[in-house]
Parts: sequence; C-alpha cells; structure tokens
Amino acid sequence: MSDMHNPVPASQAIIRTRDVWKSYDNGAIAVLNGIDLEIEPGHAVALCGPSGCGKSTLLHLVGGLDLPDRGTVTVKGEDLSKKRDMVHFLRHEIGFVFQLHNLIADLTMEENCLLPAIAAGRSRKAAKERLGQLAVQTGMQDRLHHRIQKLSGGERQRTAICRALMNEPSILLADEPTGSLDERTSGAVFELLLGLTRNQGVTLLMATHDRGLAQVCDRMIEMHDGRICEER
Amino acid sequence: MIFLKLIITNLMRHSIRTVLSMAGIAFSVAAMLTVVTILQGSVRMFSGILSSDSEMIVFERDVSDLFFSSVPADAASRIAALPTVQRADPVLFGIVSSAGHPIITCFGVTKTDARLARASWVAGDPGSFGQSQGGIVLGQRAAGFLKAGVGSTVPIGHSSFHVIGVLKTANGFEDGGVFMPLGDAQTFFHKEGTSSVVTVKLRNNNDAKAFKESVSALSGNLIALENEEFSHSYSQFKILKATAWAVGGCGLLLGGMGIANTMIMSVFTRIREIAILRVNGFSRLQVGGVVLGESALVSAVGAAAGLAAGSALLFALKNISALDGYIDATMQPLVLLVVVALALVTGIAGALYPAIYAMRIRAVEALRFE
Ligand SMILES: Nc1ncnc2c1ncn2[C@@H]1O[C@H](COP(=O)(O)OP(=O)(O)OP(=O)(O)O)[C@@H](O)[C@H]1O
Ligand SMILES: [Mg+2]
Repeated sequence: MSDMHNPVPASQAIIRTRDVWKSYDNGAIAVLNGIDLEIEPGHAVALCGPSGCGKSTLLHLVGGLDLPDRGTVTVKGEDLSKKRDMVHFLRHEIGFVFQLHNLIADLTMEENCLLPAIAAGRSRKAAKERLGQLAVQTGMQDRLHHRIQKLSGGERQRTAICRALMNEPSILLADEPTGSLDERTSGAVFELLLGLTRNQGVTLLMATHDRGLAQVCDRMIEMHDGRICEER
Repeated sequence: MIFLKLIITNLMRHSIRTVLSMAGIAFSVAAMLTVVTILQGSVRMFSGILSSDSEMIVFERDVSDLFFSSVPADAASRIAALPTVQRADPVLFGIVSSAGHPIITCFGVTKTDARLARASWVAGDPGSFGQSQGGIVLGQRAAGFLKAGVGSTVPIGHSSFHVIGVLKTANGFEDGGVFMPLGDAQTFFHKEGTSSVVTVKLRNNNDAKAFKESVSALSGNLIALENEEFSHSYSQFKILKATAWAVGGCGLLLGGMGIANTMIMSVFTRIREIAILRVNGFSRLQVGGVVLGESALVSAVGAAAGLAAGSALLFALKNISALDGYIDATMQPLVLLVVVALALVTGIAGALYPAIYAMRIRAVEALRFE
C-alpha cells in the first residue's frame, strides 16, 4: 500500500522503467505500451496479468536480453541501452529462473550450476563452495551429482534457483518459476525463492499466474494489455 | 573443465554422427598420409638412382622428362675430363617389357658405374659386366618376377638377353630393374651415342658453381644441377607431389564438409541450449569456443585415428610382396605435421559458419523457441 502512495525516490530504485514501449513485427504487435515501474532493492515483487499481457517481455527488458523501442530501463542507476558490457551485467547482476527450468538435461545438477560461475571466470573451488551453501539452503545437497533427467520437477526448479544465485546477483528475475509444478511443490519452491532472496538481500521480480503466491510478495503489480493497471 | 564437459556431452548425444564425422577426417588423413608418403618415397627412390655416389646431375636443358633427355657421348667424355670432376657416369634410362611384365626400368650403364659397384652381388661376377654382347644384370626382385637367374635367357622386347648377374640394392626401382651395358642399351633403344643423364661426383663440393658454369660453356643445351636442386625443380616430381597433395586435399575437403554438416546440425538442434548459456553469462566468444572446441576435438580424434590407419596401411603395403621394394613407407615428420595441421584447420574452418551462427543467436528469441 505504502509503495503506491509514496513512490520510491528515483535514486533508491534498483530497477526503473520509464515509459517503456515494445512491439514486435515492426510495430504490428504492440506488447508493452508505456510501462513505468520502480522497484526498491531487496523487495520481492510479483507481476501478474493475463497470458500475453507482456510479463515475459518486461522481464527480458529488465534483464537486458532485449531493448525497448522507446523509453529507458535503468538498473542500479545505469541505462541498459547505454551499457557496453551486457555479458558482465548478466554474469554479476542478474539471475534468471524460468518456467521450464532450462537446465541442460544430460549434465548433473552440479555441472549445471557451475556453468555461470565458470563462465564468469570464478575458480572451480570458489564456485563449488558457493554451490555447497546454496545446495544446503535448498535441500539439494544429496542431489549434486544427479543428472537433471533423474530429478523431479521441484528439484529441477530448485537447481535452477541455485544456478541463478551462483554469482550472487543483486536481481533475480523469475518467469513463472512454479508454473510447471503441482500446488504443493509450487508452494515449497516459492517459499524457498522468497526466503533465499530475502535472506541474501536479492531483489526479486517474478511473473506469476498464481495469485496466492503473489499475495505473499512485498508488492503485486497487475498488467493488462501492456500497461500496469493496478498495484498493491 | 566444464567447457570440455559441455563439448563432450554434446558429442556423446549424437555418438553415431560424431563417429561418422571423425571417420571422415580419419579417412582423409589416412589417404593423404599414404598417398603423399608413397609418392614422396618414389621420388626419393628415383632421386636415389640419380644420386648414387654423386652430387651433380647433367641433362638436357628444358626437357620435361629425363627419359627424353639426351646427352651426347662426346659431351659426356668432356665432362668426365673437367678438372673439377672426380668421376662421371653416363646413364641411359629406358622402359622395357617382358612377357607379363609391361614396365621394367632399364638402366644402360658403363661397367665402372657406381650403381653396380655399390650394390651387393647375389650371383654372378661383377667383372663380367660389359664383356659379352647381350649380357645383362638383374635386380634381385626383377630376377624374382622374371623367374631368372645367372645363366638364364630373358626375352626383352624383340631380343633375348643372357643373365650374367643378380644384384641386391636398397632402391626399389633398381631392385626391380635391368642393367644393360651402355652400348647395348643405346642400340636397343635406338639412342646410339647418347645417354639420358650424366651423374657426376666432384673432387670438391665447393666446385659445384664452377662445374655448372663449365657445363653451360661446354654446351648451351645441357644443364647441371645439384641433386637437391634437381629434386626440387624436376617437373615430374613437382607434378607427382602436387597430385599427391591435391588428392589428399580433396579428401580433407570432404572431411571438412562432413564436419561442417555435423556442426551445423549440432548448433541448429541446440539453439535453446545456447540461449540458456548466454543467459547464464556465456559470452559470444565462449559460445563460439564451445562450437569450435567440439569440431577441434572431432578433427583431433579423427586425425589421430587417420594417422594410425595410414601407418597401418603403409606398413601393410610395404609388406605386400608384389610391391616389394617399390614402397618406401618412411613417413616424413614434416608430412605428418602438415597432414595433422591441415586436418585441424579443415575441422575448424568447417565449424566456422556454425560457430558464427551460434554466436549470433539472440537469447530472447531463442528462449521462445520450443
Ligand atoms: N518475438 C516475438 N515476435 C512476435 N511476437 C512476440 C514475440 N515475443 C512475444 N510476442 C508476443 O508478445 C505478447 C506478449 O508476450 P509475453 O511472452 O511477454 O506474454 P506473457 O505475459 O509472458 O504471457 P504468458 O503469461 O503466457 O507467459 C504475446 O502476444 C506474444 O505473442
Ligand atoms: Mg510469459
């Protein structure tokens, strides 16, 4: 409630979008129609709205995977369209978790999680230590050497969370992270996500259809037809 | 390590495809190695005939093939008389045939020729060479396939020759050849008064330049080259070597296409996975590296297998009795190096387009790709 009445001062927001527009096929498919959004560091924010309203598109823009047609996306005070080193940004500032875990099925849980750390040039030893902590926190310590194929849906999603947090990002972008899980597992994974991000001071922006889960977040943003129509 | 793991994991996913493209490289490496080694071996053997205890060769200027070269006998004797010359052996080359053996190399040599002197005589008396009309000496292998020995009469062309000796030499061409007294050979080949070449041993190696000048002065039609120089410049050798490399190169090109095909499939069926790598902080270069690494590994394993297969093939050829002595299977380190390097370069070149394609994959689009 308070957020809506006292918008975060610009300098404090970790993610800020200003009048962001995005369309596909040369404007034929208008997806985002002027998104203004500010998110405070450490907050867990849920992004709700009907299918096709542009949630994933917005997450991709915030994660620097794509650029808006118009408007600016600013992360930690830096305009992403002016950012030179997007690889560094993806490695150190952003973690992604997707609906379909997007893990490499024939690698083990450990190998999947080491990928971002090794890509970022961290030593194997440091990476393994970090993974050790995350595995304990997610209850996956016995699954490190299992191939993804042999893990359950919930375990896969927990692996994806570990992987996203490997390089200690300041922002975690989750696109329907519990979308493919049953209700019970989904609740457990969500709690883990929320707990971990809170615990480590990570800002969470999560697209979800599950209003029950969204209610538990610090903020809930409703999108409709590429606009923000309601906030809580 | 994790990069290697990624590479190996992907290769194992399509193990048959991987093995096939490795086999493509292996076959081409083996083919190139065998063809080049055998041809180089032949060139070496042929040069060996010429350079037997000599360091210079004199022949007719601008001939394409030594069989067509003609050095007049008087020029030969004037060369022998030059102060820089220790010995000069005129040699007349010819090809003869005998029943069932269409191509036998024939050497018309004088009785003091270094080739005869250095060979080990298996039968017959070295002293009798050139004493009687129609008396020839056979290389040991020629004696074998002509089923002849000292005392036999061998039909060659329209004439018959009397075998007065059998000798063993290390050189395949000589061992499978016939030695005739120079005069008999000149008559037989209708080249009276000439030889194909004169091989020359100098008194002093530093005299090479002076010797060449004397030969040019002697006759504008003749040219003298050091053996090394000759091997490099003789057009028949060049053609042989170029052919060998071209045949091998075509093989490698096919191998490279195989790799390109494999890698294109490998990238196209993995677009989503590559997007995941990008989202997880892989740079374009790292993605390209994974693709190139994959093809480098395929080529390296293929090349290793090809080297093994090629060596085995050469070993087998060397031991086939029909080819006895004709195959010099000594692999040159430089050839090995070039073949392996070419295989790796082909592999990487074949993966260039797929790698660039992979590097250009945009994560946002690929993530929507099911
Ligand atoms: N590359 C593209 N080309 C054309 N249209 C696209 C492209 N990407 C997304 N769209 C369209 O943009 C719209 C918004 O897509 P987006 O994935 O952001 O929706 P969403 O809110 O995440 O939906 P869902 O809840 O189903 O995941 C959709 O209508 C989609 O078809
Ligand atoms: Mg979506």
